[in-house]
Amino acid sequence: MRSVLYAVSFLAVMGLAFWAYRENYATQDALRNVDRLQNEIADLRDELAMQKAEWAYLNRPDRIRELAAISFDKLGLLPMEPSQFGDAKDIPYPPPPAASLPSDLSLSAPISVQGQLDIVPTNEVQIP
Amino acid sequence: MTRIPLRPLARILSARARGENPDTIERENIRLRQKQTHDRARARAQGRLLLLGVAFTMAFTSIGARMGMMAATMPTEPRNASSGAQIEAQRADLTDRNGRILATNILTHSLYAQPKDMVDPARVAHELVGIFPDLDEKQLLARFTDGRSFLWIKKKLSPEQMQQVHDIGDPGLLFGPREMRLYPNGRLAAHVLGGTSFGAEGVNSAEVIGTAGIEKALDARLRDPANAGKPVALSLDLTVQATVQEVLEGGMKMMQAKGAAAVLLDIRTGEVLSLVSLPDFDPNDRPQPMVKGDPADSPLFNRAVQGVYELGSTFKIFAAAQALDLGLVNPETMIDADAPMIWGKFKIKEFENHNYGPLLSVRNMIVKSSNVGAARLALMIGGVRQQAFLKSLGFFDPTPVELIEAPYAKPLVPSRWPDITTITTAYGHGISASPMHLAAAYATIANGGTLVRPTLLKSDVVENGPRIISPKTSQEAVAMLRGVVTEGTASLGDVPGYSVAGKTGTADKPKKGGGYYHDKVVNTFACTFPSTNPKYVLILTLDEPMEIVGSQVRRTAGWTAVPVAAEVIRRVAPLLGLRPEVETASATEVTLASN
Repeated sequence: MRSVLYAVSFLAVMGLAFWAYRENYATQDALRNVDRLQNEIADLRDELAMQKAEWAYLNRPDRIRELAAISFDKLGLLPMEPSQFGDAKDIPYPPPPAASLPSDLSLSAPISVQGQLDIVPTNEVQIP
Repeated sequence: MTRIPLRPLARILSARARGENPDTIERENIRLRQKQTHDRARARAQGRLLLLGVAFTMAFTSIGARMGMMAATMPTEPRNASSGAQIEAQRADLTDRNGRILATNILTHSLYAQPKDMVDPARVAHELVGIFPDLDEKQLLARFTDGRSFLWIKKKLSPEQMQQVHDIGDPGLLFGPREMRLYPNGRLAAHVLGGTSFGAEGVNSAEVIGTAGIEKALDARLRDPANAGKPVALSLDLTVQATVQEVLEGGMKMMQAKGAAAVLLDIRTGEVLSLVSLPDFDPNDRPQPMVKGDPADSPLFNRAVQGVYELGSTFKIFAAAQALDLGLVNPETMIDADAPMIWGKFKIKEFENHNYGPLLSVRNMIVKSSNVGAARLALMIGGVRQQAFLKSLGFFDPTPVELIEAPYAKPLVPSRWPDITTITTAYGHGISASPMHLAAAYATIANGGTLVRPTLLKSDVVENGPRIISPKTSQEAVAMLRGVVTEGTASLGDVPGYSVAGKTGTADKPKKGGGYYHDKVVNTFACTFPSTNPKYVLILTLDEPMEIVGSQVRRTAGWTAVPVAAEVIRRVAPLLGLRPEVETASATEVTLASN
């Protein structure tokens, strides 16, 4: 009986030792992983800061202004002006739909166009 | 162990035979037995003490050794801490009010040398000069070979330069990581940002410290590791700042001024939306302060905050507003404006010896900018009340803006206040203040009469300061200022749609030795817009401008500062989201008719 007890406790000690050994190495592995990830995060943070600085540098007002001037023929950008504010009521209503057309649409005579329609879009608000 | 009997028969018998007392033998034996027991116990106790001593020594030695090891090793961060808790040892960024970056950090490297490890100092010196033309080869070689073990070569390297130095391939050249402050917008808002430099330097890192402007004023906040990663939002608007700078620079050149400054203030919150001082500098490469000459001529000088000038007629509105608020006059009250006015040995004249008198309404005193009228009004108010009023507007103290230069820019106020000071102060002479002071005072007048404290930090909370003048006075004062633009000295300042209201000021520059120059002036235009519901205050100052387009050289603010300010408002107001106030053209109206 006693020898069985000895054997069982010996095996238990061996088992626990093996478990502790494995846990130890698993922990060290996890810590190494954390270290690596933290370094990666730090590197990415540095990179992000660099990208932000680069973005701010490329978007500095001086440069944007010069670019707008260089590509004026393509973009036609001008500084914002008070006259560019519009009002909803300045936008013309769409023409009313032709309400009731006669059922017989056959032409009695050919259409003749006299003169020319001169429609100028009014997209600019005149300021007195 | 053999036990000796206490009364061994043989000895007793022989002792009896000799006639001795056999009890002595027994006592002797008892004594010997007791001694034996005693010796045994002693030996055991000694052994135990020794064991205990060894155990204690070992315990204390191990504790001591552990303590020594802990004290001697470098501290390390707990490795299993979460990454969010990682310390970012970076200076906090500065952004504008919309989060656009004004100042940030980038990682670069510094270059240092350890000449003891250097293989070929002559070749290294030669090649380094090839990369950095500003270095001197002979001097460098001398420093490599004079026996020192360490020297700095360059504080900041670009990645390309670093690669080139790397290619030299000498083991004596080493790099240290450096955090560098970068101002991506260059000269924009240079005077607000100030600049930074390296403080304590080590091989592995260097301290970045603010040297001027807001970088120095908020140094502790920016460097605090608890705030790392949390940018500080300034009240500036990058787009507005860029526009004001562009227009002001153009205006300064056109008017041939040697300097210019502009302050744009939100009158509700006191936030400075734009602060420009020209000439300016690049904070990435901050120039050295001038050692001789007038520091006010240096580009480092912030004219908007550090420059205290006599601001001239812009002060007249303060006399008018105070007189209105005290109930002494109303805008239509006629006051004596007969020029020239004689006061003791002084003679108060108008511009170009005009005479707007004999009587002039308070409103027209402002519109026509009458010195004599303002003087009479100030005398009605009295010196004591005038002083108190200007003090409450902040003209006696430095401005509270968050710049390291601000507390040193104390306005110049007369120490005594006789009647003649009351008179000259009414039209802005004899008292000097910075454009920032004027901006705060105009904001106070225009925003309904509560004190405005200018700030460079974004603040969403509107905190009304103590009341200085009544809302009614504020309205009347703004209406008078509007009159200056519609029919007075600032007619060039009218911007269609934005009903600008402002006051011009032209002050002769004081000479060093006393007296005034006649051909050197400081022109100021202080205005608020839109006058129907004032939202912003703009102060624009030109130093020694002249307008030479016309037949004669003009040096009054109406011809120099006002048109520049008008262009600033025309460009900036849309950016601030202000709609022009116009009756929209009803050209597309359809008349229904039938025929």
